[in-house]
Amino acid sequence: MPTHTDPSSTDSPKIIVISHLNKWFGEFHVLKDINLAVDKGEKLVICGPSGSGKSTLIRCINRLEKHQQGQIIVDGIELTNDVKHIDQVRREVGMLFQNFNLFPHMTVLENLTLSPVWIRKMPLKEARELAFHYLERVKIPELADKYPGQCSGGQQQRVAIARCLCMNPKVMLFDEPTSALDPEMIKEVLDVMIDLANSGMTMLCVTHEMGFARTVADRVVFMDGGEIVEENDPENFFNHPQSERTVLFLSQIISHEFKG
Amino acid sequence: MTAKWTPKPSLPPPALEKGIGGWIYKNLFSSPGNAVLTLLGAALLLWAVPPVVRWALLDANWIGQSRSACDPLSADAPTGACWVFIKVRLGLFVYGFYPDPERWRVNIIFVVGALALWPLLAPTLFKHSRVQVVYSIAAVAVVLILFGAKPAGAALGFFGLPFLLARISLKKRLPTEAGGIKGIAPGAGLALLGALAVYGGLRWLLGPAPSGAIATLAALLCLPLIFAKPLSVMLWRGIFLFTVYPLFVFFMLVGGVLGLPHVETHYWGGLFLTLVVAGSGMVTALPIGILLALGRRSEMPVIKTLCVSFIEFVRGVPLVSVLFMASVMFPLFLPEDVNVDKLLRALVGITFFYAAYMAEVIRGGLQAIPKGQYEAAQALGWSYWKMMGLIILPQTLRLVIPGLANNFLSLLKDTTLVAVIGLLDLLGIAKAAMADVEWLGFTKEAYVFAAAVFWTFCFGLSRYSVHLEKKYHVRYR
Repeated sequence: MPTHTDPSSTDSPKIIVISHLNKWFGEFHVLKDINLAVDKGEKLVICGPSGSGKSTLIRCINRLEKHQQGQIIVDGIELTNDVKHIDQVRREVGMLFQNFNLFPHMTVLENLTLSPVWIRKMPLKEARELAFHYLERVKIPELADKYPGQCSGGQQQRVAIARCLCMNPKVMLFDEPTSALDPEMIKEVLDVMIDLANSGMTMLCVTHEMGFARTVADRVVFMDGGEIVEENDPENFFNHPQSERTVLFLSQIISHEFKG
Repeated sequence: MTAKWTPKPSLPPPALEKGIGGWIYKNLFSSPGNAVLTLLGAALLLWAVPPVVRWALLDANWIGQSRSACDPLSADAPTGACWVFIKVRLGLFVYGFYPDPERWRVNIIFVVGALALWPLLAPTLFKHSRVQVVYSIAAVAVVLILFGAKPAGAALGFFGLPFLLARISLKKRLPTEAGGIKGIAPGAGLALLGALAVYGGLRWLLGPAPSGAIATLAALLCLPLIFAKPLSVMLWRGIFLFTVYPLFVFFMLVGGVLGLPHVETHYWGGLFLTLVVAGSGMVTALPIGILLALGRRSEMPVIKTLCVSFIEFVRGVPLVSVLFMASVMFPLFLPEDVNVDKLLRALVGITFFYAAYMAEVIRGGLQAIPKGQYEAAQALGWSYWKMMGLIILPQTLRLVIPGLANNFLSLLKDTTLVAVIGLLDLLGIAKAAMADVEWLGFTKEAYVFAAAVFWTFCFGLSRYSVHLEKKYHVRYR
């Protein structure tokens, strides 16, 4: 059965290197001189208030957003306008969205097999086996023949995770994967993500789930106004924040969690 | 300490909501105003329907072979419609001025077309390969009984080859891992060789005229064989319907090859001309419309400008003027010795006209696809054309079925406009038949007949679109 790429298989420990990244939306300077390097197998949680540029940052990593200045190197490939490089990077980097974005005109199984068959040129039979393997891993093999519209939000997000895994990515990006879910469904998705983290996957996760950040993250990055304000291991980040801005953010989130 | 919670049982709805009585009360007599409207409507139906039924059916004359059967001067003449007129002139209505001894050629394209279309319109009936085999044998038998041995041979090829082709994959014989051009090259070379062989053989057998076209087609048909796995029988049937069948129709109707006498297109007319114009218009306008819609949303400025200006130009002029331009102006730009057939020019005009309209309908659908669908596909590494073909367009076309059905219906009815450039479609022929001195005074019958035929086709198309809409209903979230 397929397994994930062993994180220690190649020489360089850094799988993503971002240096002096700048990006503008029109006149608006959305990312300001970002420098960030991610190790293989590292779990990075990016948090911050809305509009801080955290989503834009991870969307730059698979070129859903185009950056204007600076350098992004993913697994040794630099992201430029070269379409070939973009396609190469996108095949190595899986992405989860807030709205799941499953293909609604296909069954769950077809959603999972389509990309391996057409992009990786895998025989259909093999792709089906792979799909069922990952559906079992996210604990919903019984949904294979359902359409996405017939699944709950939590189930759809788990299908989306399985769809990414079928492409055997080296890195997974999570763009607020639980923000559109009902409270009762958040846990089932987080459980799958924790399981994934334990398997050694490199993960970059934009989320407001501070509990997840505390238990899973190797490093927490706090962004505001398009800048990285603070980065630290979770223990120090939550208990001894360095920046005033971080303290304010944490106090608001935590008071919310208690009231919530 | 927590109490045990049990959900309340579900109860049936109140009695007034159920049964025929409930339905009538709710929909027809729910208020005094609605009751009055219901009664008025019923009275209107009672007033209008019986006279029409009496004229068209009860008092109508169906018997006889000539005008005298419905002569208004004779005492026992019926007061209703004279369908004898339609009966006597039916050949004209269906085939136009297509020569009598050659009309079987029109029939065979109708029969083969219908036989080829049915499995594709109702694929659920033909899921099992055994059904497919039996159906194909039956189809060949039908052609054999109706038209004789030679056409049956052609039908055997048409219905049998998909089974053969569906078993072949050249990819296994020519293991090429390379994608893109490199992957296609060996297969394309093989297809070219095959085409040359077919061309040589056909030229030797049949003479030069159809060989080139058939060989080109054979080469095109070889191309799908290089895919990683064989295509399904059903897919091959579809490919045949859109490649082999039009060529078959062309050679059968035009003639001049295989010992069939040549029939000029100005002899074509009636229902069959309507169907040829509408069918070829629909089949060619949709793909062009899709390309125009994609072009209009393209980020490449040249392509975008070209598509926008084409669409806006075509939408700005009436179809009649496009047909006039195709018929009168276009030849002026050609050298004197070049002559493009008038029907072909009309077909091209109609196709591009409707392609522009369909492009806008499809663009509307493209805009309705959530941005996340594109992003998800891109994030998985899909290239533009694959993403469009497998993820975006399948959803788009499902969304725009009602709009496209609208376009298809108006295309079918606008074929009557070819009358302005002297082509006699069903309505044109009906008008011509009214002018026949022997049958003066039966305009009502001719118009009602033409309307009934158009209505039948349009209603069929409309129901089919509703069926597709239900079948391909997409639920977001």
